[in-house]
Formats: sequence, structure tokens, C-alpha cells
Amino acid sequence: MADSRQSLPIGSSGGLTRREILVGATGAVSTIATTPVSGQQALETTRRPGRGPNELGQRSQFVRPRRDPSTTSSRTPLQDLRGTLTPADLHFERHHGGVPAIDPDRYELLIHGMVERATIFTLADIKRFPATSRICFLECSGNLRRGTPETLPQMVCGLTSQTEWTGVRLSTVMEEVGASSDAKWFLAEGQDAAVMTRSIPMSKAFDDAMIVYAQNGDALMPGNGFPARLLLPGWEGNASVKWLRRIEVADQPFMTREETSKYTDPLGDGRTVRQFSFVMDARSIITDPAYPRIIEPGWHEIRGLAWSGRGRITRVEVSTDGGANWQIAELQPPVLEKAHVRFRAPWNWTGTPTELLSRATDETGYTQPTWEVLRAARGPRTRYHQNPITSWTIGETGQVLFGADRLRS
Amino acid sequence: MTVIWRRLVVLQIPILGFSLVIGFLQSNLESAEQNFVQPPDRFGFGRPAMITDIEKLDIDVTPAGTGLPPGNGTAQTGTATWNRVCGSCHGPNGEGGTAAPVVGLEPQTGPPTVGNFWPYATTLYDYINRAMPRNAPGSLTADEVYGLVAWILARNEIIEDNAVMDARTLPQVTMPSSNRFVPDDRTGGPEIR
Ligand code: HEC
Repeated sequence: MADSRQSLPIGSSGGLTRREILVGATGAVSTIATTPVSGQQALETTRRPGRGPNELGQRSQFVRPRRDPSTTSSRTPLQDLRGTLTPADLHFERHHGGVPAIDPDRYELLIHGMVERATIFTLADIKRFPATSRICFLECSGNLRRGTPETLPQMVCGLTSQTEWTGVRLSTVMEEVGASSDAKWFLAEGQDAAVMTRSIPMSKAFDDAMIVYAQNGDALMPGNGFPARLLLPGWEGNASVKWLRRIEVADQPFMTREETSKYTDPLGDGRTVRQFSFVMDARSIITDPAYPRIIEPGWHEIRGLAWSGRGRITRVEVSTDGGANWQIAELQPPVLEKAHVRFRAPWNWTGTPTELLSRATDETGYTQPTWEVLRAARGPRTRYHQNPITSWTIGETGQVLFGADRLRS
Repeated sequence: MTVIWRRLVVLQIPILGFSLVIGFLQSNLESAEQNFVQPPDRFGFGRPAMITDIEKLDIDVTPAGTGLPPGNGTAQTGTATWNRVCGSCHGPNGEGGTAAPVVGLEPQTGPPTVGNFWPYATTLYDYINRAMPRNAPGSLTADEVYGLVAWILARNEIIEDNAVMDARTLPQVTMPSSNRFVPDDRTGGPEIR
């Protein structure tokens, strides 16, 4: 014991790091400083007290997961995460008029229309109702980038994240205001600069819709709807209107811009456009190995996420030979409804170039299609709700690249 | 103590403990049943919304024209507003700039626009009034919005340049794509739709 401690160059150097010592001693960065010496670090960190407790935790200085922002969205770094719950600060964002700064003390939700009692609720009122929590994914329906081979999982489909949401069932609130039994739709409206509006069938209000105010137990992030938002489990993210300021109960849809011009799917006949396509179909992606990794021959674990807006994932299959053969991946319990589930499969890479694919099946018997099958069903002008099987190619050097060729028009 | 006796003691203790736990649970359950409070039909939370509260926020416009305010405009009155407020992003003729085009008639090749994709003219009033111009939403008067709606409809050859758009006429405009939209027919199951 004493010997190994003495062999360290730091000695009793107080605040200086080993690297600083080496630079100081030789006038240049020694190569030893960058070459890990086995066991050394495990001793170094014992040589001086670490930082004390603080108010707000921070990630290790060596870990830097980041969303990838564009002008309209920021994408969850799927390749950096190992579980199913997305840290709130890495939850994807998509907004149409920026993120509003809302003072929770002055926040109000108005519910009116075909109700017995038009009512204004404060945030405190909403929090007073019986609370319920639920874990589910939230996915933007525009969640596919076809890209180039140099595309990260985050860029392929990082507009999906998962949260334990807490709030009140919308049915409880609808009963509170006395929603008419003749009501068929309600309008949900946000208080952002886009004054986002979507028409939602009343059946969802009495199924599993919620008004939520907590994200992984904490207050909502501003980008995810602080202080309160609608949550429609399994449905396209845009319909779960954030910064909810108003609900109007009605007997018909309102035909807002976001349910006509946007979030609709022109079909193959060149004429028909599919509307109110809320549910997100089953999907999966391998998040590891993925670009930009370079892997070695030998054993690896293929890991990824699968989810379905229609219920539970019942099966994920992976192929390690470009889709010729498929093996069943293991699902990590608990396998929740309308939730991301982890899948894993062992794989021994021999060193010859190949391609890895995954496909998910849900409890309705729906299996994630190939790009060709999806295009044949929807035609070439379909824009949203695309969930094709994606792949990663493994080159001779072990370089992993996105299988962009599979998604060519 | 014989070995057998010792075993019995060892067994006895957990059994005794188990029955104690069961008894405790049972009595607890019984009292919980008696004390279980049924949630009310109504909690009485929130305060009644007055007509004025509702009017302040209720800006939506439906295909039937509900919510359209008094006022009017034509493509001619809209031209000046378009040039002043909108053209910088959507292009002087509405055919696209840094923001998407709002004028375009060709449905098969061009991008989706008001002319070749939007099913309802009323949505145009609703959306421009709530969200445009992007850098100053909510800054337009009703007359200005009617004028811009008329301008966009006229550039898309849906109405005449001198047609007056107001709460009565706008819901009557038939859009080229008015009967293209169908409800979602995906239901899960093996079929890919
Ligand atoms: C600062 C740039 C900017 C200005 C100025 C602007 N817009 Fe926009 N407009 C946008 C952007 C960006 C979008 C897309 C917003 C989105 O998708 O959330 C848009 C969307 C639209 C749309 C919907 C297009 C579609 O097909 O769905 C219409 C209609 C529109 N604008 C009309 C107007 C009018 C009328 C004005 C003038 C009052 C105006 N815009 C001024 C940037 C602008």
C-alpha cells in the first residue's frame, strides 16, 4: 500500500493536478500525462478532498450530452442515454413561436364552450385535483431525417423522449366543468407566440388525456410547456399542446392550420389527404452501435429503443445480416403501454462488413414496415408519421454508418 | 433441547409472525374500507369565467365562420399590408422567401400552399390573426387581416381582386382542396396504411 502511494508523482501537491505538475516540471506536456496508467486515477482522486455538497447537481465534467438544436426544434441525444426516462434537460423541444416565459402565479386555464360551468383555473387549482402519474413517450410526428451515412441516432429520430408526467386526468376536469355529453371535440390552445391550437376528440379526454404540471417529478421545463400542458399519451407531440391557456369544448373540429396545412399526410392517389392521424405507430431504432462509433470484432450488445402509440411493444427483432435473418431481442421490463422500452441482443461481429436492423411489433400485431412498404402504402408525398425500419452499416474497419440507402425515394 | 424440538421452535416463530401480520392487515383493511372517502362529483375548484374573460381569449374561427369579427378587406386593400408586413419573409408575391410560400397552384409538384392544399378559407383568418406576422403576432387589425386573407386568396386565383372578404363572405369561399381531407383510417394490426 505505502509503496504504491509513494510511487505517484503528485506527492502532497495540494491544488495542482498531475498534469499541471508534469507541465511545470518539464516545461512541456509530457506524453505520460495523456497515456493512462492503470490504477493511477483511482489513487489520484483520493489525494485531495472533492467538492462539497451543492444546491444543484451537475453532470460530470467528462460527460456532455447535448440536444441538437435547429431554428424550430432540438433533438434528444438518443445515443448517449441508456435507460428509458429522458432527463428533463435533454427532452426534445419543438415549438412554433419560441418558448414563452410564464409566471406560474399569474397562470390561468380557461375552459368554456359546451360546458355547464365555464371556469378559470389557477395552477394551484389544477394541482389540487386528484393527481396521477404516468410514464409515456412523446414523439413529434415529423420525426424522421433520412440524411447521409454520417447521421447520429439523435438526428435520425431524436424528436422522441420519455417522461414520468404528473398531473390531473382531463376527464376529472371535464366532469368538474360539466362537459356536455353532445360534445365531440375540444380545442386546446397554448399561450406561446404561435398561440398553438389543435382539435382533439372528446373520446381522448375521457380515455387517458391529462393536464400535466410535472416532468420526472419536477416542474415542467419551459420548453416542454411550463407551467402546464396537455398530455395525450401515444399521440403525435404537437397535439399535446404546451403552455395550455384555453380549452373550448365543441361538437366539431376547428380545422386549425396545424391540422390542415400541417401534420396531415397526402396519400398515394395524389388527391386524398389523411387528417387527424394522431396515433404514433410502432417504431424502433438501434442506438448502439451507431454512427460515429468504430467497433472491434468480437462480442457486442445491440441496444436500442422501441415504442408504440397503440399500446405495448410485444416483440423487437434485430437482424445482423442486412435483413436476411432476424433474432428476437430481449425487452427490459417493465414494458409499459405507449412507452419507450429498451431492447438488447448479443452479437458477435466476425469482422466482415454487414448491416444491423431492428423492427418492432406492438400488441395490435402491427410490425414496423420497411421504407418501401411504407411508401407503397402512402405514396411519395407523405410527410409525417414516418416510422420505417432503419439500419446501421458496419464497414471493414468497424466504422458504423447510418443505412441512408434504405431510405432513398 | 432435541434437534426436532429446536426445528419446531424455528418454524413456529415465522408462522406466528405471519399470522400476526395477516391479522394486522385484515383489521387495517376493514378500517380502511370504513374510512374510504369517495371523491365528489365536483370539487368546486376554480372560479366562474365571465363573458368578458372568455371574449379576451376566444379568438378561434371555425369553418362555419363562428368567431369572425366585424370588418372587411379586399385583395386591393391587402396589397399594401402584404408589402409592408409579410413580403419580407414570404416573398413579394407570396411565392416563398425565408418562409414558406402561401401562393402556389400546382398540387402535384409544388410545395403545399393555401392554393393547392388548404381545405378552408376561414383557417387563413384564424391563423394570420393568431400567429402572423411571425415577428409581431397579434398586431394586425381585423380589416388588415381580412385584406391579407383576400390578397392571398386572390393571388391563388380563388377569388376576384375586388371580392370583399368579411364575416359573411369568407365562410362561403370554396377552396380547391375542400374535399380532399379524410379522417385517419389507421387502426393498428398487421396492415400498413
Ligand atoms: C419574420 C418572418 C415572417 C413574417 C414577417 C410573416 N411570416 Fe408568415 N410565416 C413565417 C414562418 C416562419 C411560418 C411558418 C410557421 C410555422 O410553421 O410554425 C409562416 C407561416 C405562415 C402561413 C402558413 C403557411 C402554411 O402553408 O401553412 C401563412 C398563411 C402566413 N405565414 C401568412 C403571413 C402573413 C399574412 C404575414 C403578414 C401579416 C406573414 N405571414 C408574415 C414567417 C413570417
